Amino acid sequence: MSSEAERMRFRIEIRVTPREGIVDPEGQTIGRALDNLGYRGVHHVQSGRLVRFELEAGDAGAAREQVTRMCEELIANPVIEQYDISIAEPIRAPEPAEG
Amino acid sequence: MKVGIVRFPGSNCDQDCYRAVREGVGTEAVFLWHKSHDLDGCDSIILPGGFSYGDHLRAGAIARFSPIMREVIAFARDGGPVLGICNGFQILCEAGLLPGALVRNDSLRFRSHPVRVRVERTDTPFTTTYREGDVLVMPIAHGEGQYVADRSVSERLEGEGRVIFRYVDSQGEATASANPNGSARNIAGICDAGRRVVGLMPHPERAASKLLGTDGLGVFQALLAHRRPDAEAPRQQAGAESRVMETHDRAGAAS
Repeated sequence: MSSEAERMRFRIEIRVTPREGIVDPEGQTIGRALDNLGYRGVHHVQSGRLVRFELEAGDAGAAREQVTRMCEELIANPVIEQYDISIAEPIRAPEPAEG
Repeated sequence: MKVGIVRFPGSNCDQDCYRAVREGVGTEAVFLWHKSHDLDGCDSIILPGGFSYGDHLRAGAIARFSPIMREVIAFARDGGPVLGICNGFQILCEAGLLPGALVRNDSLRFRSHPVRVRVERTDTPFTTTYREGDVLVMPIAHGEGQYVADRSVSERLEGEGRVIFRYVDSQGEATASANPNGSARNIAGICDAGRRVVGLMPHPERAASKLLGTDGLGVFQALLAHRRPDAEAPRQQAGAESRVMETHDRAGAAS
């Protein structure tokens, strides 16, 4: 399909962190460990997950729309997690279709 | 009565559930592979414990998309009894059949030891053999068993009597020290709004033999007595009733 050849490839990063009000024992433990090591003034440590991939899409808006659905369906559990999506400028056009 | 036990890659309590049903209760049990598209005519379904798909992403997050889960969800929506134990509970939450979620234990440690749970409600297909207030000893074995839910959700669970099991101490009190993982309101098990889908973190199948204790056996025996609302003529009625009586006697002696 000709439209396929026009698609761009976007570098996607999704940061998943515990939702506000959901306990984050891992973050708390990191905070305590930093305090034990003598680092003062560290507050509200949160620990989460980074998911990074490249995605072919027609434009940045279409990419964001698709990634949001991915987050809602699989990558984050909205009951306990929130997510931030960042989409970089397209890195390169995919190779032209054969034929 | 035919009980289906779903096997995901990484399930590891499937054999224990099978034995609890076959040897503990004496009824038919079959394994259902996660790629299967039908439930083989089973009357009830168990999602056993384990580490389906290596717990990648979140516990239960990938298993929920297994082909058989489409059938399990339809079966549950149709009023069929579904029990999720440990990882099975996590899968039921990820699949949206039960509200809330299970996150890392507040201790950050994997907890593997016996706990006491109090039976809060007996009006589910898996608890009719008990009496309200019965305290059961069953093992837990999980790293992510801390039940969390929005305040409105947990209040609704309480209000609708959908907390089925609660962690308690030797006095039967739901204290903070009796809570092995930081679960909201000491919740160890809940059911859905239709009271047919039950999830719990402790392992009743590991407390279903003389050697390991029999407090969990009633969860499986209850299935014999259970009738779907639209079920035809009762089967095995006499056997079911006598088993229920035995369990009551045993529960009474233990408490």
